[in-house]
Amino acid sequence: MGSGPSILALKGVSYRWSGRGSFALDVPAFSIATSERVLLLGESGSGKSTLLSLICGTITPHAGSVLLSGTDIASLSAGKRDRFRAEHIGLIFQQFNLLPYATVLDNILLSLRFAPQRRARVAHPQQTAQKLCMDLGLPKDTLTAQAGTLSVGQQQRVAAARALIGAPPLIIADEPTSALDAATQATFLDLLFEQTRNAGSTLLMVSHDARLAPQFDRVVQMADIARTAQAAA
Amino acid sequence: MILRLALGSLMARALTVGMTMLAIALSVALFLGVEKVRTGAKASFADTISGTDLIVGARSGSVQLLLYSVFRIGNATNNLTWESYLDLAARPEVEWIVPISLGDSHRQFRVMGTTGAFFDRYKYRSGRSLALAEGEVMDDLFDAIIGADVAAALNYEVGDPIVVAHGLASFIEHDDQLFRVSGILEKTGTPVDRTVIVSLQAIEAIHVDWRSGAQVPGQSTPADALRQMELEPQAVTAALIGVKSRLQIFGLQRAINDYPSEPLLAILPGVALQELWQIVGIAETALIAVSGMVVITALMGMMATIFSSLNERRREMAILRAMGARPRVILGLLVLEAALMAAIGAVVGLGLFYAGLVVAQPLVDAAFGLWLPIEQPSMQELWVVLAVVAAGAIVSLLPAFRAYRMSLADGMMVRN
Repeated sequence: MGSGPSILALKGVSYRWSGRGSFALDVPAFSIATSERVLLLGESGSGKSTLLSLICGTITPHAGSVLLSGTDIASLSAGKRDRFRAEHIGLIFQQFNLLPYATVLDNILLSLRFAPQRRARVAHPQQTAQKLCMDLGLPKDTLTAQAGTLSVGQQQRVAAARALIGAPPLIIADEPTSALDAATQATFLDLLFEQTRNAGSTLLMVSHDARLAPQFDRVVQMADIARTAQAAA
Repeated sequence: MILRLALGSLMARALTVGMTMLAIALSVALFLGVEKVRTGAKASFADTISGTDLIVGARSGSVQLLLYSVFRIGNATNNLTWESYLDLAARPEVEWIVPISLGDSHRQFRVMGTTGAFFDRYKYRSGRSLALAEGEVMDDLFDAIIGADVAAALNYEVGDPIVVAHGLASFIEHDDQLFRVSGILEKTGTPVDRTVIVSLQAIEAIHVDWRSGAQVPGQSTPADALRQMELEPQAVTAALIGVKSRLQIFGLQRAINDYPSEPLLAILPGVALQELWQIVGIAETALIAVSGMVVITALMGMMATIFSSLNERRREMAILRAMGARPRVILGLLVLEAALMAAIGAVVGLGLFYAGLVVAQPLVDAAFGLWLPIEQPSMQELWVVLAVVAAGAIVSLLPAFRAYRMSLADGMMVRN
């Protein structure tokens, strides 16, 4: 548990999927302090995706509360949850992060499209996107390239730039390095840490790779914070 | 940015999107083409005669009288006697009257006997007068003026001889009285183009030696003798009438329809045309319905394409959702894409329609005498384009709503 004020706090959260073998997840308590770098470790089926969906507000708990930046996500309407997510969370997926037909610039600026407050924090979107790309080690002319033409490693960096632009309070990375080779993994994580720190954001990375643990402030096992249950299908 | 994304998404699926848009384009071109032919045919019919207030003939049906007197379609069941004609001509309401005598032919073309007044009074396409492309109006009894199609089809020039056949599709010819082409009319796009025009006296002249539909054996009056004769017709097929005041049209029509000496019929060309449209209205509606169905089929094809693309686009929708796009934005994006496809398809269809018109215009004119004008897109054509775009957006609502539900269920967690 972090020592500073919480950016994210889950309390007594309970959720049960319908029609998926009734998979259920209970999270009695879990929080992340502001600017903390947390690695959430868990095997497949441990409920990581359900937990991320709860944090992002695409599903709401049947019981308990999910507080992000002090706001109970479940108390918001569906539309406000979508906007809240856009304003407060930068997301990086495992792979297939980008719209392949759009330019790198459009992909990066897409995260500002539905987040007016975040957009207002970026005075010069194009220059900011350019700087982020440069800082993440992407070639100078990347902005105008079609996202689908980049290598997987480059696409992950563009996804990181998209998550970081506008400095959202929380960056969630869902196994962002699993599609990368070892050397690229290390470089990517270094860059991600550096840029997250520069943006003043908190980082929650989900992975099943325990070797990444030393690089984080705190490592949390899914099994320690959550109980899962699966009814017979 | 959303519009740019929609365009980018369409470009990424260029082949299937292109084929879908081509189907829409072809269906729109077909629809506009059918509409053009339909309105062109109507306009062409309506343009055939203008400035004539009444057409008079023996009592039959108004459409029949219009068809045989103006369009040379079908035959008169009876004639109008010359006495009645003169009686009508003498009425105070009548400003001008032009007799028409039909019944004979030259090859596949009708021969029409009339007076010189026909060239002054017959108007087509909103008041245009007939004009000679070459030669001159009838001077001699056996002079004939031929329409542009007659000249083109039979390769006739001024001075060429013409033999008039007795009746229609007849092998009996008035070969003892040869006519001479004295003039060729400019193309009008009306049945006049397919008519051989001679004087009313000439029609009488070639029948001088005929009794009861056959030539009196051994009797053939020389042409010069005929030229000296006082030839007065006994009857004409119909007459075109112009009145002094338009207020008198209905009064004169009633008087002619109640004419005591013989059963006559006077019709207003415009009204008879309307009756004709009512008769062919069902076929017209069927034609529009079929071409409309082709457009609908193309749009259904587009809907099927969108449906089949939904699964492969789940990741794309998940990314948009992760970025904060509401499910209704996903719905809107798919509808926007469909509207763009339909709009591009419809505009390309409009282009294909005009390209087809440029190619087909002279061919249709030559084959059917139907002039299809190439004009700026009419409001109706623009409405068709708009309607196709709107219909495209509407049919896309089904797959878009499915995408909406999928994006609600998937959230951001699709892994494929």
